[in-house]
Amino acid sequence: MSLLARPHYPDYSTAPVQHQFYPYADNGGSVVAIAGDDFVVIGADTRLSAGFSIYTRNQNKLFPLAKTTVLGCSGCWCDTLTLTRILKSRMQMYAQEHNKTMSTTACAQMLSTMLYYKRFFPYSISNVLVGLDNEATTLSGTAKRRFTKLGGSAGALLQPLLDNQIGQKNMEIVSKEPLSQEKALKILKDVFISAAERDIYTGDSVFINIITKDGIQEDKFELRKD
Amino acid sequence: MFDITAPAPPLWSNGPSPGAFYNFPSLQSAPSDFVTHSQAPVTTATSIVAVAYNNGVIIAGDLLGSYGSLARYRNCPRILKVNDNIILGAGGDYGDFQYIKDFVQEKIVSEECLDDGVKLKPKSLYCWLTRIMYQRRSKFDPFWNNLVVGGIQDGNVFLGTVDKLGTAYTDKIICTGYGAHIATPMLRDALDRNPNPSQAEARRLVEKSMEVLFYRDARSYSKYLIGVIDKDEGIKIEGPVEVPTNWEIANFK
Repeated sequence: MSLLARPHYPDYSTAPVQHQFYPYADNGGSVVAIAGDDFVVIGADTRLSAGFSIYTRNQNKLFPLAKTTVLGCSGCWCDTLTLTRILKSRMQMYAQEHNKTMSTTACAQMLSTMLYYKRFFPYSISNVLVGLDNEATTLSGTAKRRFTKLGGSAGALLQPLLDNQIGQKNMEIVSKEPLSQEKALKILKDVFISAAERDIYTGDSVFINIITKDGIQEDKFELRKD
Repeated sequence: MFDITAPAPPLWSNGPSPGAFYNFPSLQSAPSDFVTHSQAPVTTATSIVAVAYNNGVIIAGDLLGSYGSLARYRNCPRILKVNDNIILGAGGDYGDFQYIKDFVQEKIVSEECLDDGVKLKPKSLYCWLTRIMYQRRSKFDPFWNNLVVGGIQDGNVFLGTVDKLGTAYTDKIICTGYGAHIATPMLRDALDRNPNPSQAEARRLVEKSMEVLFYRDARSYSKYLIGVIDKDEGIKIEGPVEVPTNWEIANFK
């Protein structure tokens, strides 16, 4: 009997109503990092939210992995918690096996491998890994080396601003002097103030880590709380 | 000759055999198409309201077990004393909560049996629950709960929460479910005015929240349990406490 010959009775349809469980959440957050010649500054806002609710206004999203390596995460918070926990234990395993801490470049490679390992059920996180490498400073996205990097809910909003202010794109008079730590910090704070104006998932305050050869220095900066 | 061992012929063409089920012609799924694990909560409990004060934590949750919009069970306690320094509250699927409660208590018992004087600490339980919730969400078979862990760890007050995805955070105010929308703004405002409330002040805030939630949340109930863990007074779960209601302003009576 052909399928066409069968009458269709909608009332007798027994197709289940699909109520799919969705394993991801968008918990927002923005991470901005700026590198100079011998330092990196990285900042992450402290708002943890979902939809129109703010879970907490005071959530640190920066994870120091080594003396001069920091990872900033935004996106799905449950994935962030899991990824950073595994990262920390792998850092410890590496330290105990090789009797030295992992370099920033090695951390970046490990992160890349760990993310690809979950290629078919991915961690839904924007990662910004920063730190100093052997020569001077490095700022790593997932694979590429760049001097400004940002991720998260206000990413698209802020990248052009950073390209202009740090990358000096579309500028007539380009300053040749290297970026100072003070200027980098100022721009980082300005960038977060701009983001908090338009992005509801960015706000409350910013945790900042300033990484130099002496280690990591912490800073905090208030944003609007609405 | 009639063979009694052969199956009886169908009652009509393409119809069922006697005693068998009829297959509807437009059937779009076989019973095996259904996913067997829980995809939606059944008997649910609503908000949990928790506040950390200068010397401890207060957690409250009502006693209703809802079956959809039906107020099905009226005595479903969901504030739990885990041990002398941890208190656990849960919202969401009540069956999943009972299962979680069972294996948490099992852990406490096996720890007691070691008799080494080491007690489970709130952060340890919180972290463990985070991993359990995340593991179940990764198996696409989540525990449909919001868990709130309160306690005292090394002389410090702890208050944290985990949801069905494994999303976890700590804060001074934690409300789940409807309470996140109604009680959290009230409590945040109160704590902005008075950042270090006493136990009595925190308790008044929680009681007020439960009252407002009873008026506004259609899945709530007037009777609730209130759990207090205090550095000096220890842990106690009180109740059922009744929300003082006033219907004088209602114009339909």
